Amino acid sequence: MKRRVAFLGMVLALALILAYVETFLPLPIAVPGIKLGLANCVILFVLYLTGIKEAALISITRVFLTGFLFGNMAGILYSLSGAFLSLIAMAFAKKQNGLSVIGVSILGGVTHNIGQMIMAVLVTETIAVLYYVPVLLIAGMTTGIINGILAKTILKNKNIIIEGWK
Amino acid sequence: MKRKDWILIFIISAIALIFAIYIKAMGTPQGAEVIITVNREEFGRYSLDKDREIVIDGHNTLMIKDGKANMMQADCPDKLCVKQKPISRKGESIICLPNRVVVTIPGENEDIPDAVTG
Repeated sequence: MKRRVAFLGMVLALALILAYVETFLPLPIAVPGIKLGLANCVILFVLYLTGIKEAALISITRVFLTGFLFGNMAGILYSLSGAFLSLIAMAFAKKQNGLSVIGVSILGGVTHNIGQMIMAVLVTETIAVLYYVPVLLIAGMTTGIINGILAKTILKNKNIIIEGWK
Repeated sequence: MKRKDWILIFIISAIALIFAIYIKAMGTPQGAEVIITVNREEFGRYSLDKDREIVIDGHNTLMIKDGKANMMQADCPDKLCVKQKPISRKGESIICLPNRVVVTIPGENEDIPDAVTG
């Protein structure tokens, strides 16, 4: 793909905007720490369109920028471990035949939450965090399905998007 | 959605359900006191029997009332710890990640402060 830098800059901006917009979306469930994670939809899109290298680049820069702009420094640590685990899981799942974009997204959402929880156990040295496991699994799965459906729709129409970037 | 997607959904749901049942079955009797740690170091222990308000490190305010501990106020941006429900049972906890504040009600095995402070 020509104009690679411009393309990656655009998707990074998109991921940041989505992370920002998300702060305005109230979720029907009052469980602390649960987000829709719309930015993961962008990561998924990049992973399918280009590859793991680009997806990793966007994912890591996104975590740092989102942390600096809208969150706090402590949050970066958790997001980073979640994003890292999630990306590896999604790249691995994508290589396996049989899972659709939605399945890959579900795995990404679940592993993102697990990654954050592992970091929470390490930082707080409190095993009590594990009480959250069932909630985080279901939440990760639900947001994964939503993001997966979004990413699938976008990828179906990817020609419209990438036409100008070839 | 492919067949394996559904299998994945089923497996994750099953794991979550088993975990939830396990936690429920563990039994959670009422606790006697809360341990507050800040940055892994013990800040203090307070009995749940006595109603009081504790200001933790100037960042968070914990209220103990009717045998329950509830985070009333925090100066972090997301206020997730404030949104958490009051705790009263053994093993329950309220955690404020930005301020590194952990409020736990110790169970039988966790009653050793050295295990927390490291």
